[in-house]
Amino acid sequence: MSEATPVKKGKGTVFVRMEICKGCSFCIDFCPTHCIEFSREFNAKGYHFPVLPRPEDCTGCDLCGLYCPDFAIYGVKFKDIEKRRQAAAPEPLVPAQP
Amino acid sequence: MNELPSFDANLEQEFGLINPVMPYLRQDRIPHIWCPGCGIGTTVNCFARALTDSGMDLDKVAIVSGIGCTGRVAGYMNLDSFHTTHGRAIPFATGLKLANPGMKVVVYSGDGDLTAIGGNHFVHAARRNMDLMVVCVNNFTYGMTGGQVAPTTPVGPSQTTMPYGNFENPFNLPFLADACGAVYVARWTVYHVKQLAKALLEGLHKKGFVFIEAMSPCPTLYSRRNRLGDGVDQLKYYKEKSVIRNGADTKEVGIAYQGEIVVGKFVDRDRPTWLDSMNEHYGKVFGDRFTPYGVTDGQE
Repeated sequence: MSEATPVKKGKGTVFVRMEICKGCSFCIDFCPTHCIEFSREFNAKGYHFPVLPRPEDCTGCDLCGLYCPDFAIYGVKFKDIEKRRQAAAPEPLVPAQP
Repeated sequence: MNELPSFDANLEQEFGLINPVMPYLRQDRIPHIWCPGCGIGTTVNCFARALTDSGMDLDKVAIVSGIGCTGRVAGYMNLDSFHTTHGRAIPFATGLKLANPGMKVVVYSGDGDLTAIGGNHFVHAARRNMDLMVVCVNNFTYGMTGGQVAPTTPVGPSQTTMPYGNFENPFNLPFLADACGAVYVARWTVYHVKQLAKALLEGLHKKGFVFIEAMSPCPTLYSRRNRLGDGVDQLKYYKEKSVIRNGADTKEVGIAYQGEIVVGKFVDRDRPTWLDSMNEHYGKVFGDRFTPYGVTDGQE
Protein backbone atom coordinates (compact mmCIF):
# COMPACT_ATOMS: atom_id res chain seq x y z
CA MET A 1 0.00 0.00 0.00
CA SER A 2 2.74 2.37 0.87
CA GLU A 3 4.25 1.59 -2.52
CA ALA A 4 1.15 2.82 -4.29
CA THR A 5 0.68 5.97 -2.26
CA PRO A 6 2.48 8.80 -4.01
CA VAL A 7 4.71 10.60 -1.54
CA LYS A 8 4.15 14.32 -1.80
CA LYS A 9 7.47 16.07 -1.73
CA GLY A 10 7.72 19.55 -0.31
CA LYS A 11 9.05 22.50 -2.26
CA GLY A 12 11.42 23.60 0.42
CA THR A 13 12.67 23.14 3.92
CA VAL A 14 13.66 25.12 6.98
CA PHE A 15 16.88 25.20 8.94
CA VAL A 16 16.76 25.87 12.67
CA ARG A 17 19.59 26.88 14.93
CA MET A 18 17.92 25.44 17.98
CA GLU A 19 20.49 26.72 20.45
CA ILE A 20 19.60 30.39 19.87
CA CYS A 21 15.82 29.95 19.64
CA LYS A 22 13.77 31.59 22.40
CA GLY A 23 10.48 29.88 21.67
CA CYS A 24 8.44 32.99 20.81
CA SER A 25 6.29 30.95 18.35
CA PHE A 26 6.21 33.68 15.66
CA CYS A 27 7.26 31.17 13.00
CA ILE A 28 4.69 28.64 14.18
CA ASP A 29 1.73 31.00 14.30
CA PHE A 30 2.43 32.87 11.07
CA CYS A 31 3.63 30.05 8.82
CA PRO A 32 1.33 30.29 5.77
CA THR A 33 1.03 26.51 5.48
CA HIS A 34 1.13 25.71 9.22
CA CYS A 35 3.85 23.14 8.78
CA ILE A 36 6.02 24.18 11.75
CA GLU A 37 5.39 23.08 15.32
CA PHE A 38 7.06 23.19 18.71
CA SER A 39 9.37 20.33 19.52
CA ARG A 40 8.83 18.34 22.68
CA GLU A 41 12.49 18.70 23.61
CA PHE A 42 14.10 21.72 25.15
CA ASN A 43 17.21 23.51 24.05
CA ALA A 44 20.00 24.41 26.47
CA LYS A 45 18.13 27.48 27.71
CA GLY A 46 14.91 25.58 28.32
CA TYR A 47 12.90 26.76 25.33
CA HIS A 48 10.96 24.56 22.93
CA PHE A 49 12.40 25.14 19.48
CA PRO A 50 10.49 24.69 16.19
CA VAL A 51 10.55 21.52 14.13
CA LEU A 52 9.07 20.64 10.76
CA PRO A 53 6.66 17.74 11.28
CA ARG A 54 5.00 18.19 7.90
CA PRO A 55 7.86 18.77 5.47
CA GLU A 56 5.61 18.02 2.50
CA ASP A 57 3.73 21.29 3.17
CA CYS A 58 6.79 23.53 3.41
CA THR A 59 7.27 25.81 0.43
CA GLY A 60 10.55 27.33 1.59
CA CYS A 61 9.06 30.82 1.41
CA ASP A 62 11.32 32.07 4.23
CA LEU A 63 8.51 34.00 5.93
CA CYS A 64 9.55 32.27 9.16
CA GLY A 65 13.03 33.65 8.60
CA LEU A 66 11.63 37.13 8.14
CA TYR A 67 9.57 36.86 11.33
CA CYS A 68 12.13 35.20 13.57
CA PRO A 69 13.39 37.84 16.03
CA ASP A 70 16.25 35.59 17.13
CA PHE A 71 17.62 34.82 13.63
CA ALA A 72 17.25 31.14 14.47
CA ILE A 73 15.21 29.84 11.53
CA TYR A 74 15.15 30.35 7.79
CA GLY A 75 13.57 28.65 4.85
CA VAL A 76 15.12 27.59 1.54
CA LYS A 77 13.46 26.45 -1.64
CA PHE A 78 14.73 23.15 -3.08
CA LYS A 79 14.85 24.98 -6.41
CA ASP A 80 17.50 27.30 -5.01
CA ILE A 81 19.45 24.42 -3.49
CA GLU A 82 19.38 22.70 -6.86
CA LYS A 83 20.67 25.85 -8.52
CA ARG A 84 23.53 25.99 -6.04
CA ARG A 85 24.27 22.32 -6.63
CA GLN A 86 24.49 22.88 -10.37
CA ALA A 87 26.56 26.01 -9.97
CA ALA A 88 28.95 24.26 -7.63
CA ALA A 89 29.31 21.07 -9.67
CA PRO A 90 31.63 22.23 -12.50
CA GLU A 91 34.13 23.63 -10.05
CA PRO A 92 36.73 21.02 -9.08
CA LEU A 93 37.54 20.75 -5.42
CA VAL A 94 40.81 22.52 -4.76
CA PRO A 95 42.70 21.07 -1.83
CA ALA A 96 43.92 23.62 0.64
CA GLN A 97 47.57 24.48 -0.04
CA PRO A 98 49.84 25.70 2.72
CA MET B 1 5.56 11.63 17.64
CA ASN B 2 7.79 13.07 15.03
CA GLU B 3 10.66 14.48 17.02
CA LEU B 4 13.21 14.71 14.28
CA PRO B 5 14.65 18.22 14.24
CA SER B 6 14.45 19.77 10.82
CA PHE B 7 18.00 21.02 11.08
CA ASP B 8 20.00 19.19 8.43
CA ALA B 9 23.59 20.20 9.02
CA ASN B 10 24.91 18.19 6.10
CA LEU B 11 22.66 19.85 3.58
CA GLU B 12 23.39 23.25 5.02
CA GLN B 13 27.15 22.75 4.97
CA GLU B 14 27.25 21.10 1.60
CA PHE B 15 25.69 24.01 -0.22
CA GLY B 16 27.00 26.79 1.98
CA LEU B 17 23.52 27.84 2.95
CA ILE B 18 23.25 30.58 5.50
CA ASN B 19 20.47 32.55 7.09
CA PRO B 20 20.14 35.64 4.86
CA VAL B 21 20.37 37.98 7.84
CA MET B 22 23.57 36.46 9.25
CA PRO B 23 26.04 38.39 7.04
CA TYR B 24 24.62 41.59 8.50
CA LEU B 25 25.13 40.57 12.12
CA ARG B 26 28.15 40.48 14.38
CA GLN B 27 28.25 36.76 14.95
CA ASP B 28 30.12 36.92 18.23
CA ARG B 29 27.28 38.91 19.83
CA ILE B 30 24.52 36.45 18.92
CA PRO B 31 22.32 35.36 20.73
CA HIS B 32 21.09 38.84 21.50
CA ILE B 33 19.59 40.00 24.79
CA TRP B 34 16.10 40.87 23.55
CA CYS B 35 13.28 39.08 25.33
CA PRO B 36 11.42 36.15 23.79
CA GLY B 37 8.55 37.64 21.81
CA CYS B 38 10.16 41.04 21.32
CA GLY B 39 9.75 42.34 17.79
CA ILE B 40 13.00 44.29 17.43
CA GLY B 41 14.78 41.29 15.90
CA THR B 42 12.04 41.08 13.29
CA THR B 43 12.62 44.69 12.29
CA VAL B 44 16.33 43.89 12.00
CA ASN B 45 15.42 41.05 9.64
CA CYS B 46 13.39 43.46 7.53
CA PHE B 47 16.23 45.98 7.53
CA ALA B 48 18.71 43.33 6.45
CA ARG B 49 16.34 42.29 3.68
CA ALA B 50 16.01 45.89 2.57
CA LEU B 51 19.81 46.30 2.53
CA THR B 52 20.15 43.17 0.41
CA ASP B 53 17.50 44.35 -2.03
CA SER B 54 18.92 47.87 -2.26
CA GLY B 55 22.28 46.57 -3.48
CA MET B 56 24.07 49.35 -1.65
CA ASP B 57 27.74 49.36 -0.90
CA LEU B 58 27.70 48.44 2.77
CA ASP B 59 30.81 50.52 3.39
CA LYS B 60 28.66 53.55 2.66
CA VAL B 61 25.91 52.72 5.10
CA ALA B 62 26.22 53.73 8.74
CA ILE B 63 23.82 52.94 11.52
CA VAL B 64 23.48 55.11 14.61
CA SER B 65 21.34 54.37 17.60
CA GLY B 66 20.66 55.77 21.01
CA ILE B 67 20.06 54.07 24.32
CA GLY B 68 17.42 51.46 24.94
CA CYS B 69 16.47 48.03 23.77
CA THR B 70 16.35 49.20 20.16
CA GLY B 71 19.57 51.09 20.71
CA ARG B 72 21.35 47.75 20.79
CA VAL B 73 20.69 47.26 17.08
CA ALA B 74 23.79 49.31 16.26
CA GLY B 75 25.83 46.88 18.30
CA TYR B 76 24.46 43.82 16.59
CA MET B 77 24.63 45.02 12.98
CA ASN B 78 27.85 44.37 11.13
CA LEU B 79 27.92 47.84 9.57
CA ASP B 80 29.71 51.01 10.55
CA SER B 81 27.78 51.76 13.68
CA PHE B 82 27.76 54.00 16.69
CA HIS B 83 25.88 53.69 19.96
CA THR B 84 25.40 57.23 21.19
CA THR B 85 24.29 58.71 24.48
CA HIS B 86 20.62 58.82 25.33
CA GLY B 87 18.56 60.69 22.77
CA ARG B 88 21.51 61.97 20.81
CA ALA B 89 21.41 59.57 17.90
CA ILE B 90 20.07 62.19 15.48
CA PRO B 91 22.67 64.91 16.29
CA PHE B 92 25.47 62.38 15.90
CA ALA B 93 23.98 61.13 12.65
CA THR B 94 23.63 64.71 11.41
CA GLY B 95 27.32 65.30 12.01
CA LEU B 96 28.20 62.02 10.35
CA LYS B 97 26.10 62.87 7.34
CA LEU B 98 27.52 66.36 6.94
CA ALA B 99 31.11 65.16 7.29
CA ASN B 100 30.55 62.30 4.81
CA PRO B 101 27.83 63.48 2.44
CA GLY B 102 28.17 60.29 0.39
CA MET B 103 27.15 58.12 3.28
CA LYS B 104 23.66 56.80 3.90
CA VAL B 105 23.09 57.30 7.60
CA VAL B 106 20.37 55.31 9.31
CA VAL B 107 19.16 56.19 12.80
CA TYR B 108 17.67 53.14 14.43
CA SER B 109 16.20 53.77 17.82
CA GLY B 110 13.22 53.43 20.07
CA ASP B 111 10.28 55.69 20.73
CA GLY B 112 11.54 56.89 24.11
CA ASP B 113 14.99 57.68 22.81
CA LEU B 114 13.88 59.44 19.64
CA THR B 115 10.81 61.35 20.76
CA ALA B 116 11.22 61.92 24.49
CA ILE B 117 14.87 62.42 25.36
CA GLY B 118 15.79 63.23 21.77
CA GLY B 119 12.46 64.80 20.83
CA ASN B 120 13.93 68.21 20.16
CA HIS B 121 16.58 66.78 17.85
CA PHE B 122 13.97 64.78 16.00
CA VAL B 123 11.81 67.84 15.42
CA HIS B 124 14.68 69.96 14.15
CA ALA B 125 16.24 67.31 11.94
CA ALA B 126 12.84 66.87 10.27
CA ARG B 127 12.45 70.65 9.97
CA ARG B 128 15.85 70.99 8.27
CA ASN B 129 15.14 67.94 6.13
CA MET B 130 18.45 66.42 7.04
CA ASP B 131 19.21 63.47 4.76
CA LEU B 132 18.72 60.71 7.35
CA MET B 133 16.60 57.63 7.56
CA VAL B 134 15.03 57.35 10.99
CA VAL B 135 13.60 53.99 12.01
CA CYS B 136 11.60 54.25 15.20
CA VAL B 137 10.67 50.98 16.85
CA ASN B 138 7.62 51.89 18.91
CA ASN B 139 6.74 49.56 21.76
CA PHE B 140 4.71 52.08 23.81
CA THR B 141 7.04 51.96 26.80
CA TYR B 142 10.58 52.36 28.09
CA GLY B 143 11.65 48.75 27.91
CA MET B 144 15.21 48.74 29.17
CA THR B 145 14.68 50.97 32.20
CA GLY B 146 11.68 49.09 33.55
CA GLY B 147 8.40 50.06 31.92
CA GLN B 148 7.95 53.77 32.60
CA VAL B 149 5.40 55.83 30.70
CA ALA B 150 6.77 56.84 27.30
CA PRO B 151 5.48 59.69 25.15
CA THR B 152 3.80 57.11 22.94
CA THR B 153 1.99 55.17 25.68
CA PRO B 154 -1.73 55.35 24.87
CA VAL B 155 -4.28 56.49 27.44
CA GLY B 156 -5.33 53.58 29.61
CA PRO B 157 -2.63 50.99 30.26
CA SER B 158 -0.89 50.71 33.59
CA GLN B 159 2.84 51.38 33.71
CA THR B 160 5.34 51.45 36.54
CA THR B 161 5.15 55.24 36.82
CA MET B 162 1.39 55.25 36.22
CA PRO B 163 0.15 52.28 38.28
CA TYR B 164 -3.50 53.35 37.98
CA GLY B 165 -3.37 53.74 34.24
CA ASN B 166 -1.87 56.36 31.99
CA PHE B 167 -3.84 59.57 31.44
CA GLU B 168 -1.35 61.54 29.36
CA ASN B 169 -2.14 62.18 25.76
CA PRO B 170 0.35 60.24 23.58
CA PHE B 171 2.29 61.44 20.57
CA ASN B 172 1.01 60.62 17.14
CA LEU B 173 4.44 60.06 15.64
CA PRO B 174 3.57 60.10 11.90
CA PHE B 175 1.68 63.37 12.43
CA LEU B 176 4.63 64.84 14.32
CA ALA B 177 7.06 63.86 11.57
CA ASP B 178 4.71 65.05 8.84
CA ALA B 179 4.10 68.40 10.52
CA CYS B 180 7.82 68.94 10.99
CA GLY B 181 8.48 68.32 7.32
CA ALA B 182 9.64 64.75 6.84
CA VAL B 183 9.59 63.70 3.19
CA TYR B 184 8.67 60.07 3.76
CA VAL B 185 6.48 58.88 6.61
CA ALA B 186 5.29 55.32 6.98
CA ARG B 187 4.05 53.13 9.78
CA TRP B 188 4.01 49.36 9.80
CA THR B 189 3.78 46.80 12.54
CA VAL B 190 6.04 43.84 13.14
CA TYR B 191 3.26 41.68 11.74
CA HIS B 192 3.61 43.38 8.32
CA VAL B 193 7.13 42.13 7.63
CA LYS B 194 7.04 42.29 3.84
CA GLN B 195 5.59 45.78 3.82
CA LEU B 196 8.06 46.94 6.44
CA ALA B 197 10.96 45.59 4.41
CA LYS B 198 9.62 47.39 1.34
CA ALA B 199 9.20 50.64 3.25
CA LEU B 200 12.76 50.37 4.55
CA LEU B 201 13.98 49.76 1.02
CA GLU B 202 12.14 52.83 -0.25
CA GLY B 203 13.51 54.79 2.67
CA LEU B 204 17.08 53.77 1.81
CA HIS B 205 16.64 55.19 -1.68
CA LYS B 206 14.79 58.33 -0.62
CA LYS B 207 16.68 61.57 -0.21
CA GLY B 208 15.73 63.64 2.79
CA PHE B 209 14.32 62.98 6.24
CA VAL B 210 12.67 59.57 6.15
CA PHE B 211 10.64 58.46 9.14
CA ILE B 212 9.46 54.88 9.48
CA GLU B 213 7.61 53.76 12.57
CA ALA B 214 7.61 50.03 13.32
CA MET B 215 5.20 48.96 16.04
CA SER B 216 6.68 46.20 18.12
CA PRO B 217 5.39 44.24 21.11
CA CYS B 218 7.04 44.52 24.52
CA PRO B 219 5.96 41.26 26.12
CA THR B 220 7.97 41.63 29.30
CA LEU B 221 6.82 45.03 30.49
CA TYR B 222 3.94 46.48 28.51
CA SER B 223 2.01 43.32 27.68
CA ARG B 224 2.54 41.40 30.89
CA ARG B 225 1.73 44.36 33.10
CA ASN B 226 -1.52 44.91 31.23
CA ARG B 227 -2.33 41.21 30.80
CA LEU B 228 -2.19 41.39 27.02
CA GLY B 229 -0.52 38.04 26.61
CA ASP B 230 2.75 37.21 24.97
CA GLY B 231 4.52 38.78 22.03
CA VAL B 232 2.69 36.58 19.59
CA ASP B 233 -0.67 37.68 21.07
CA GLN B 234 0.29 41.27 20.34
CA LEU B 235 1.14 40.29 16.78
CA LYS B 236 -2.29 38.70 16.46
CA TYR B 237 -3.79 41.96 17.74
CA TYR B 238 -1.83 43.83 15.05
CA LYS B 239 -3.15 41.38 12.49
CA GLU B 240 -6.78 41.84 13.55
CA LYS B 241 -6.89 45.54 14.31
CA SER B 242 -4.58 47.08 11.72
CA VAL B 243 -6.04 48.82 8.71
CA ILE B 244 -3.88 49.54 5.69
CA ARG B 245 -4.61 53.05 4.51
CA ASN B 246 -1.88 54.39 2.27
CA GLY B 247 -1.85 58.14 1.94
CA ALA B 248 -4.07 58.61 4.98
CA ASP B 249 -4.21 61.98 6.69
CA THR B 250 -1.62 61.69 9.45
CA LYS B 251 -3.88 63.67 11.79
CA GLU B 252 -6.18 60.69 11.97
CA VAL B 253 -3.69 57.91 12.62
CA GLY B 254 -3.40 58.24 16.40
CA ILE B 255 -3.50 55.04 18.41
CA ALA B 256 -5.92 54.23 21.21
CA TYR B 257 -5.25 51.51 23.77
CA GLN B 258 -5.71 48.17 21.96
CA GLY B 259 -7.61 50.11 19.31
CA GLU B 260 -7.36 50.30 15.57
CA ILE B 261 -3.90 50.84 14.10
CA VAL B 262 -3.80 52.65 10.79
CA VAL B 263 -0.73 51.48 8.88
CA GLY B 264 0.66 52.38 5.51
CA LYS B 265 2.76 54.90 3.68
CA PHE B 266 1.34 58.27 4.65
CA VAL B 267 3.66 60.83 3.11
CA ASP B 268 5.98 60.66 0.13
CA ARG B 269 7.05 64.05 -1.18
CA ASP B 270 10.17 65.91 -2.23
CA ARG B 271 11.79 68.86 -0.51
CA PRO B 272 15.33 70.20 -0.84
CA THR B 273 17.57 68.72 1.82
CA TRP B 274 19.62 70.82 4.18
CA LEU B 275 22.77 70.48 2.07
CA ASP B 276 20.91 71.31 -1.14
CA SER B 277 19.40 74.41 0.46
CA MET B 278 22.78 75.49 1.78
CA ASN B 279 24.48 75.05 -1.59
CA GLU B 280 21.72 76.91 -3.38
CA HIS B 281 21.65 79.76 -0.90
CA TYR B 282 25.41 80.30 -0.71
CA GLY B 283 25.63 79.87 -4.45
CA LYS B 284 23.31 82.82 -4.78
CA VAL B 285 25.05 84.91 -2.12
CA PHE B 286 28.69 84.26 -3.02
CA GLY B 287 28.43 83.34 -6.67
CA ASP B 288 31.58 81.73 -8.10
CA ARG B 289 33.53 82.11 -4.87
CA PHE B 290 31.48 79.30 -3.31
CA THR B 291 32.22 75.64 -4.03
CA PRO B 292 29.16 73.46 -3.50
CA TYR B 293 29.71 70.88 -0.78
CA GLY B 294 28.77 67.22 -0.93
CA VAL B 295 27.15 67.06 -4.35
CA THR B 296 29.62 64.93 -6.27
CA ASP B 297 30.07 61.87 -4.09
CA GLY B 298 26.48 61.05 -3.28
CA GLN B 299 25.56 57.39 -3.28
CA GLU B 300 22.95 56.83 -5.93
